[in-house]
Amino acid sequence: MRDLLADLLAQATRKGATAADAFVVQDQAFSAQVRLGQVDTVKHARDQHMALRVFVGQSVAAASTSDLTAEAMTRLVDEAVSLARVTSPDELAGLPDASLLARDVPDLDLHDPHGHDLPPEEKIELARRCEAAALEADPRITNSEGGDFGDRRARYAYATSHGFSGEYRTSSFSLAVSPVAAQNGEMQRDYWYHGTRKRASLERPEDIGRVAARRTLRRLGARRVKTTEVPVIFDPDMAASLVRHIAGAASGPALYRRASFLVGKLGERIAAPSITVVDDGTIPGALGSRPFDGEGLPVRRTVVVDRGVLSSYLLDTYSGRKLGLPSTHHAARDGSGVSVSTTNLYLAAGATDPVEMIRSVKSGLYVTELIGFGVNGVTGDYSRGAVGLWIENGELAYPVEEITVAGNLLDMFHAVEAVGNDLVFRDRTAAPTVMIGRMTVAGA
Amino acid sequence: MPAHPERFFADRFGLNAGAMERLLGSTLTGRVEHADLFLEYRISEELVLEEGAVKKAARHVSQGAGVRAQSGERTGYAHTDDLALPNLEEAARQARAIADRSSASAVVAVGHDGAPHDLYRLAEPPIAANLDRKLALLGQMDGAARGLDPRVRQVIATLGSEDVVVVMATPSGWTVGDVRPLTRLNVTVIVEDGAKREIGTYGGGGRVAFDFFLEQDRWKHYVTEAVRQAVIKLHAVDAPAGEMTVVLGPGWPGILLHEAIGHGLEGDFNRKKTSAFSGRLGQPVASELVTVVDDGTIQNRRGSLNVDDEGVPTRRNVLIEKGILRGYMQDRLNSRLMGMELTGNGRRESYAHPPMPRMTNTFMLAGQDEPSDIIRSVQKGLYAVNFGGGQVDITNGRFVFSASEAYLIEDGCVTSPVKGATLIGNGPESLTRVSRVGHDLKLDEGVGTCGKDGQSVPVGVGLPTIRIDRMTVGGTQV
Repeated sequence: MRDLLADLLAQATRKGATAADAFVVQDQAFSAQVRLGQVDTVKHARDQHMALRVFVGQSVAAASTSDLTAEAMTRLVDEAVSLARVTSPDELAGLPDASLLARDVPDLDLHDPHGHDLPPEEKIELARRCEAAALEADPRITNSEGGDFGDRRARYAYATSHGFSGEYRTSSFSLAVSPVAAQNGEMQRDYWYHGTRKRASLERPEDIGRVAARRTLRRLGARRVKTTEVPVIFDPDMAASLVRHIAGAASGPALYRRASFLVGKLGERIAAPSITVVDDGTIPGALGSRPFDGEGLPVRRTVVVDRGVLSSYLLDTYSGRKLGLPSTHHAARDGSGVSVSTTNLYLAAGATDPVEMIRSVKSGLYVTELIGFGVNGVTGDYSRGAVGLWIENGELAYPVEEITVAGNLLDMFHAVEAVGNDLVFRDRTAAPTVMIGRMTVAGA
Repeated sequence: MPAHPERFFADRFGLNAGAMERLLGSTLTGRVEHADLFLEYRISEELVLEEGAVKKAARHVSQGAGVRAQSGERTGYAHTDDLALPNLEEAARQARAIADRSSASAVVAVGHDGAPHDLYRLAEPPIAANLDRKLALLGQMDGAARGLDPRVRQVIATLGSEDVVVVMATPSGWTVGDVRPLTRLNVTVIVEDGAKREIGTYGGGGRVAFDFFLEQDRWKHYVTEAVRQAVIKLHAVDAPAGEMTVVLGPGWPGILLHEAIGHGLEGDFNRKKTSAFSGRLGQPVASELVTVVDDGTIQNRRGSLNVDDEGVPTRRNVLIEKGILRGYMQDRLNSRLMGMELTGNGRRESYAHPPMPRMTNTFMLAGQDEPSDIIRSVQKGLYAVNFGGGQVDITNGRFVFSASEAYLIEDGCVTSPVKGATLIGNGPESLTRVSRVGHDLKLDEGVGTCGKDGQSVPVGVGLPTIRIDRMTVGGTQV
C-alpha cells in the first residue's frame, strides 16, 4: 500500500503539486443480526478507497476514489491538481513542519491477528446467545430488535511528499442487543453493547444480554413529571455525551470560525474543580488509539480540562496556525481534507460512589438516555429529550419519559457537584457518573 | 454521465444483461426467494468558502455493487467496491451462502412494476456546471451576508453536488436503471454583538440544475434568512419550560411528521411489531383535520426518486387520511412478509447498504384556516418556525425535534424570540391534538437528510401552519 502512495505522490508532484499527502484504507467487515433466535441479516463487505490532497503553492484541494486502478489514480491526481488551481491561496495552508513528524510508528496493539478467523456460524452464534440471554431474562421481554455481532479489520497507510510514510492495522469487534419489553399495553426498548479491539476481551454475550434486559425492564411503567428545577445525575454513557460537547467546542475549526462557546477561554475556569478531561491516543489496545494522527504527527496524551481550567484546545496544523498555536496532534484525515478528532477521550474519575450520589438527592432525575440535537455549540444552550429514573428521598423511585433537560453547557459544567468513581472504557469516549446541581426538567 | 445507465455499466464493466443474469442465477441455486444486484457509480463534489476564500474543494468517485439474497425473513448481503467480474461473483457467492439455510423453496421471479417516472431530467446536471460559476456564487454569498449586517463575523457557504448512476437487476432478466442528480447550497453565518455570539444557517436544493440557485434569486434568500435568524437569536429570551399550545409555521417544521409518525409507519418496525403504531391500521391516530402523505413522485424534489433502490416506481402513498391510519411504507422484503403492496419506499444509502423502508417527501395536506387566525387563537404559547434535527424512539413513540427559531405567543400576538428548545411528544397522541390546519402548505427548501440504522438518505418534508393544543417545550424558564 505504501508503494501505491509513493507512486501517487510522485505523480502529483510531477503534475505541479508543490506538496501533497495521501492515504489508502482497505477494510473487510462482517456483521450478523439475529432476531428472535433466527438469522435476520448477514452482511459481508470489502471496501477500499484512496484520497489525495495537493497543495499548489498555497492553494489546496482534495480528491478521493474507490477505484484503485492506474487509470483511476491518474484521474485522481489530475482532478486534485486542477481543483487546487481554482481554490484561493491561503498563507497558512500546508503540511506540518517536517521536524514534527512521527519518527517511528509505535505498536499500540490495535490488531487482533486471529480474532477474525472465527467461522461465520460461530459469529452468528455469539449474536444469538446475546439475544437469547435478554429474551430469557424475564417473561416481560417479549420482542427484540435483534442481537448483533460485528467485526472489522482495516489496513491504513498514510504518506506525505515531505517524507512521512506510515501504516497500521486495526481490528474491532462488537456485540449488542436491543430487547423490547411489554406490560399493560406499554412497550419499551433499550440496549446494551460492548466493543473491543480483541475478540477475546469481548464481554460474554450472556452478560451483555442480561444488562440489556435489566435496562429495558426498568423503563416499564414510565411516567411523566411536572416541570421543575432539580439536581440531575447523568449515568456514565450520558455523562460521556457531555464530554463530547466539551471536545466539540474545544476543537480548532470551531474556534477559529468563532462557532464555539469556548472561544477565548483557554486558561480560564470553564468547569467545577472536580472536572478533568483527558484525551489519550497512546493507550495500548484501546478503541480510540492510533500510532500517528491524520497528518503524520505522533499521538500523545493531552489534558483538555485540568481541574476545571481549560488547559488545551484540540488542534490540527491549520487550525493551530489560525489560532497562533502549535498542533496538538489531533488531525483526522478524510477524503475531503483534514479535520480534528479525539482519540480516547475521558472525564477522569472522581471520588464519589454513584450510590452515595443518588442518596444525596431528595428529589431529582437520573438520566439514562438522551435524544435529539438540541445543543447550540456557539452559545452552549442545551435542551434535549430525556429518559431516566426519578429520584425520591435518595432512591431510584420510578421510570420517567417524555421530558426534557435544559440549561447552558458552561453553567452545567460549573454546577457539577460530584464526579463518580465508576469510570469504565466501553467506547472511545468515557465518563463516570456526573451530578449537576440544578437543571430545568420540562414535563407535564 | 450517460443517459442510459444500463449501457453505462455494460460499456464500462462488461456487465451486460447476460453477465448479470449469470451472477444472480448462481446466487439463486439454493432456497432463495428473492435475489437482486445493485450497481452504483457516484461522483460528488464539495466546495466550501469561509473567511471569503474557497478553503475546500474536493471531488470523490465511488463505485460498487451489492448482491442480495433473501429467504423467508433472512437477508444475505454482500458488497464490494471492485466491479471487476470475479469480485462480483465472489460477492454473489457470499450472499448465497448467507441466505441458503432455509426451509422455503419457491423461487419468485420479479416482474416489471409499471411505467417509470421521469422526475429529474436536466439539461446539465449540477456536478457538470462550470466550476468558476459555482465559486463566483459562493463569493457573492459571502459579500451579500457581510453587506446585510455589520455584526456578521463569519460566513461559511457550502455547495455540494452529486450524480449517481444506479442499475438494479434480478435473475429473471429484469433490469432498471436511474441517473440521479442532487445538489444543495447552504450558508452559515456567525454574528457577534459585544460578548454575544449566535449562529444562523439556511439553504436549499433538490434534484435540480445549478441555475436553480440563481433563479428567483434563491441564493440571496438563503443568505438573508441565515443572517436574519442569527441576528434575531442575539436578542432571544430564555425559552419557556412545560406544556403549552404550540403553533408550527409552514414548510420545514414538517419534520414533526417525519419523527412523530413517519418512522413509526415504516414497514420493518411494523412487521417486527416494535413500533408504537403496530397493528393500528384503520384506527384513528390523529385529529380528523390531518391527512399525511409520503410522495416520492414530486418533480425535482430532494426526496423524489423515479424508482426506489429496489427498482419499484415511487408513488404518492396516503399514510393518514382524515386522522385514520391508512398505510405503512414498504420495501420488497417487508411487503412480501406482511402481504401488503409495494409502495416504492425501499431505499439505501449506497451499494454498501441493504435497502429498508424509508420516507421520500412526507407532508400534511393543507386545511382551511388562515395562518394569522391560527396565531390569533392562542392566548399563551410558542410559535416555532425553524428547526434543527429530530429523533424518535419507535417503540414507545416518544419523539423530539429542536426549534432553532421560535417566538412567544402572548394574547394572540407573536412577541419575543426565544432561545432554541427541544419539543417532545408522543407520536400516536400528538397529532390527535391538532386543532387548526392552515391553507398554506409549503414543502421545505430541500436540505433534509434522514438517518436510520447508520444509513443516510435525502428526504423532504412539508407542513401548513398548524396548531397543536398541548405539547412539552423544553426550555429553561419555569
